[in-house]
Amino acid sequence: MAANTSGALPITVRNITKTYGDVYALNDVSIDVQSGEFLTLLGPSGSGKTTLLMVLAGFTRPDRGSLLFGEQEMIRTPPHQRDVGMVFQNYALFPHMTVAGNVSYPLRLRRVSKSEIEARVAQALDTVQLGGYGERGIDQLSGGQRQRVALARAIVFEPRILLMDEPLSALDKKLRDRMQIELRRLHEQLGMTTVYVTHDQREALTMSDRIAVINHGRLMQLDAPEAIYNRPANQFVADFLGESTFLSVERQNGEIVYQGAPLRLADAPPEGNLLLLMRPERLRLLGAGASVGIDDQMNAFPASVTDIVYQGDSYLLYGRLPDGEEISLRGATHSDARSQLPKVGDAITLGLHANDAVLVRADGDR
Amino acid sequence: MAVAVDSSALKQIDASDMHEEGLKRDAQYERLALLGLCSPALLLVMIVLIVPVGWLFFVSFIGADGQFSLENYERMINRKSYRRILYTTFEVSVLTTVICICIGYPFAYFLSQLPRRAANLCLIAVLLPFWTSLLVRTYAWLVLLQKRGLVNEWAIGMGLWDEPIKIVHNMTGTLIGMAHIMLPFLILPVYSSMKAIDRDYLKAASNLGASPVRAFWTVFFPLSLPGLFAGSLIVFVLCLGFFVTPAVLGGGKVIMVSMKIASNIELFVNWGAASALGVVLLVLTIALLWIAARFVRLERLVGGH
Repeated sequence: MAANTSGALPITVRNITKTYGDVYALNDVSIDVQSGEFLTLLGPSGSGKTTLLMVLAGFTRPDRGSLLFGEQEMIRTPPHQRDVGMVFQNYALFPHMTVAGNVSYPLRLRRVSKSEIEARVAQALDTVQLGGYGERGIDQLSGGQRQRVALARAIVFEPRILLMDEPLSALDKKLRDRMQIELRRLHEQLGMTTVYVTHDQREALTMSDRIAVINHGRLMQLDAPEAIYNRPANQFVADFLGESTFLSVERQNGEIVYQGAPLRLADAPPEGNLLLLMRPERLRLLGAGASVGIDDQMNAFPASVTDIVYQGDSYLLYGRLPDGEEISLRGATHSDARSQLPKVGDAITLGLHANDAVLVRADGDR
Repeated sequence: MAVAVDSSALKQIDASDMHEEGLKRDAQYERLALLGLCSPALLLVMIVLIVPVGWLFFVSFIGADGQFSLENYERMINRKSYRRILYTTFEVSVLTTVICICIGYPFAYFLSQLPRRAANLCLIAVLLPFWTSLLVRTYAWLVLLQKRGLVNEWAIGMGLWDEPIKIVHNMTGTLIGMAHIMLPFLILPVYSSMKAIDRDYLKAASNLGASPVRAFWTVFFPLSLPGLFAGSLIVFVLCLGFFVTPAVLGGGKVIMVSMKIASNIELFVNWGAASALGVVLLVLTIALLWIAARFVRLERLVGGH
């Protein structure tokens, strides 16, 4: 299948609201998905991300709002007339049909000629690297193979929009990592506008062009992966992505102060009550024997080591700050780093560079 | 490959006795104990199942003179009346099964789409007849369907037909009664197989472009077939040996195998002839189940998947 970005459609979501009783599943959500884009809806369970995907597919009827595929209003179109491909969380492969039967199903519904069905099924199976599996039964397939069949079935009728509902959640970690790269590659090859739902932040960061973080039915932030991770719009986004600890800071005479010491910052702080975001991989070990000294761009935090956890590819060093807050630092495990590793109880200094210091507004503060 | 574990670090135990004999004896003893625990059940099966059925076979080969003979089976082949009875038995069974499918399948579908509470209430309605005596239900139909019964009176009162029509003491009455008795046996397995169909299959079909009607016939119906097959088989097999309803509602015009068995014993005291009919019915039923088992696994008949 050749890349046909011209066939992709932009999606316009406007003011979609869906309530179940008093609970807002979606609260006035508006998103523009660009043509050919890979957009991920990321959020914890119950955040409304799946509800939004079901609205796009036509399985959930919202209370109000507008949904355009290209220029066409789709909000009241029944699912079978929407012409979007979808990969279900449990794949939903028809157990009474073979692999070929499943993949050819949408083509048979569209009354495609027999010879063309055969060619397109073979092509779709080749695309997902399952060539020659057509006659297998669904129960003869492994989880990863089912995933590929579900994908083949969703793309064989060349929909211009592809929806995926946590398609990798049932696979083991190794396979999941491989499928992430494969799905990404396939997206580049096919060029369909893709909306992908996941609760796995790493998956979202790995695969997406842009990520829409959703919580309590509201869109929290919509941005490219790096921007979402490095410049979270609020405490929820900062907390949901990465391993995050927050330190309360105060505003004094136009400066941001933590425990009496003014912070060195690269960017102007936002308004409101602020928190300093501490991520283990952004901290470094300073002081005796450390490779980086304190320069004028470094914020230093004295701490005592409470625990060191070896994780193979890295170690996590837990330190307690004088005010009792516990923060962690992630370090490399090459021989130099190992030789300089402090012991539990040692006094150390943790450094956070001004460029890595991120302030977010505390939630519940408007 | 090098051994990664240093065995010299293990605590040394005398390797001469690794308890092989003792472990083997324990396993044997356990098997015997399990067999012993099963023995009451095995004995019961022997007494109430194998012995009587063996006796049935034996008696069916005893002629009127008390000697071994095949006359009981010869009679069945030679006499026209016996062939008619077998034909009627199959006719009634097939028709009852078809009627049950036509009423039961849509009803089970309706049940499967209801919310849980409502479905449970409806299921109780389906099961309620089970708790009433078969005989009572059958005579109730007699009251409803007879010449001056409720159905005829109402129909004439509403001007549907002028003369009372004969809907009991014939094939029609038998089928109405039989279908009513058998319906739950079809609805329950069909309902349970429908409940087991993941709704995502229908969503997927719809997403791939199937209208609700197409989705039903291409996905839902094929997936419900095992239940329908199981239910039909139960109904058919139960019909083959049915006695009360055809006896009361058939009015002597619908004679099935079971009724012939009864008359053989009650009127002619011919145990051999009755046994032979019983054997034929049993063999036919087993043959049917055997054929059916090639299509669906038997355990689905008794629930579970």
